[in-house]
Amino acid sequence: METKRRWVPHVKFVIAVAAALVMLYPLLWMLGASFKPRSEIFQNAGLWPNAFTLENYVEGWKGVGGISFGRFFYNSFVLVLLAIVGNIVTCSMAAYAYARLEFSLKKALFAIMMASLMLPHHVTLIPQYVFFFRLGWIDSYLPLLIPKFLAVEAFFIFLMVQFIRGLPGELDQAATVDGCGPIQIYTRIIFPLLLPALVTTAIFTFIWTWNDFFSQLIYLSDPQKFTVTLALRSFLDSMGESSWGYLFAMSILSLVPIFLFFVSSQRLLIEGIATTGMKG
Amino acid sequence: MTAVSRWWARNKVALFFLSPWLAGMIVLSFIPMVVSLYLSFTNYNLFESPKWIGLTNYANMFLHDTRYLKALQVTFLYVFVAVPLQLLLALALALFLNRGMFGLEWFRGIFYIPSLIGPSVAIALLWRKVFGNDGIFNMVVAPLGIQPRSWIGDPDTALMTLIVLHVWQFGSPMVIFLAGLRQIPKEFYEAAAIDGAGRIGTFFRITLPLLTPIIFFNLIMQIISAFQAFTSAFIIGGNGGVLDSMLFYTLYLFITGFNNFQMGYASAMAWVLLLIIGFFTALFFATSKRWVHYES
Repeated sequence: METKRRWVPHVKFVIAVAAALVMLYPLLWMLGASFKPRSEIFQNAGLWPNAFTLENYVEGWKGVGGISFGRFFYNSFVLVLLAIVGNIVTCSMAAYAYARLEFSLKKALFAIMMASLMLPHHVTLIPQYVFFFRLGWIDSYLPLLIPKFLAVEAFFIFLMVQFIRGLPGELDQAATVDGCGPIQIYTRIIFPLLLPALVTTAIFTFIWTWNDFFSQLIYLSDPQKFTVTLALRSFLDSMGESSWGYLFAMSILSLVPIFLFFVSSQRLLIEGIATTGMKG
Repeated sequence: MTAVSRWWARNKVALFFLSPWLAGMIVLSFIPMVVSLYLSFTNYNLFESPKWIGLTNYANMFLHDTRYLKALQVTFLYVFVAVPLQLLLALALALFLNRGMFGLEWFRGIFYIPSLIGPSVAIALLWRKVFGNDGIFNMVVAPLGIQPRSWIGDPDTALMTLIVLHVWQFGSPMVIFLAGLRQIPKEFYEAAAIDGAGRIGTFFRITLPLLTPIIFFNLIMQIISAFQAFTSAFIIGGNGGVLDSMLFYTLYLFITGFNNFQMGYASAMAWVLLLIIGFFTALFFATSKRWVHYES
């Protein structure tokens, strides 16, 4: 039995590598194509360029309508960083209340919060649009950011509640003996200890806001304010069939920040999905 | 002390911490839900005040709007083909990787990559070219004798390309399955081995029943999100693709509300979507007692 089974792990390993290659093939092909000259892209299904060129990156970076991709990346980064700040501050405040404080209707409010996780956002979409329209906030970042500063992404509250419940309650009691009120307990004890959950929140906020397309499409129309995703889309609309190389190059660049985040925090990210069931 | 001041004394600290979330809940969720329900009974174009028309929007949707019915058909086909396929693949790979795989963490990370970037515009653009007329899919299947064609331009295969894109993102349910598999106590397997159960018997009598809560969770979350898919259809199919073969529900809602400014009609569509998703969620919860195994 034992000798017969010895080859099994090797075979499994080979199968897993093959499966991974098949799965990543389109992605690797795009990476290769972004370095291929125009004439080669749709003639060569292989990964490696026959004639290596940087033209796609140089020309693609010039962007759409005279606005370079530098501008679009800057816009995306600003939007994402503010979204992270909003989510970290307001979600952790709500999580602290649910995990540590007693108040009226606590169970009912918590149930409402959990139910809101399943609510399709389309059912609030149009009145929200009308509301922001009346405020004159269309074509600004406010409709994209205000929800983050109002803790709308309840997934993160849930994640942090679970985390705070795991922290020893003696810490709070000791701080109370030392004369700390709830606000100091939050700022001096809970918030610093919450760091791993805050990092997970930051990573997911980064990825979701960076990838977000629907709300940016609805709320932004001035090309100067476009994010990378909107710029890719208008690039697609404005160019001819011949400049797919530029588009591939910029698409690869748009994925780089997500990859960097993923590689640097793979473990936290995957544990976050496994424990809360968040979708990536 | 009056009742009000007692209430205030008891709740003021919690209210402070909850205030952003409460404000968001009221201003961005609760009030908009009520307003969109109201708008669904009106004719509204954003610039003039809404006109009450009763159930007309709902009646038009199901009785006269063939494009709406097409969107329903496309979306149902997408959800109920793509989600089961994706979960089967996720479960199969989780089982495959779970047992003493060399480099498990690496493979887990690699298989997760498509879930990470799949919803982006960049990947939708790539898909357009993978399955296009001059795409690499044609080059790859050419040796099998399959004629090159635009898989996106053909109404019979267009939706399939979106389903493939969804199934490709099996990594996140796979990670959840892997975590679930690890929580099954070793003693169960040892006991089964003593009883002389084979691998297949062990799978159906131990692994599968103990995984049902995770299957249930993945199924509900994936169905809810698949009903709301948008970006892939919008980028790959534009206004719905050839013969509306890629007209997702949310895409038609977007066209109705934000291209045609029929915001009352779009609100009615949003409420029907909520009811559809609510119906399936309730259905799965109601049947869960029969097939989901919870440890007592």
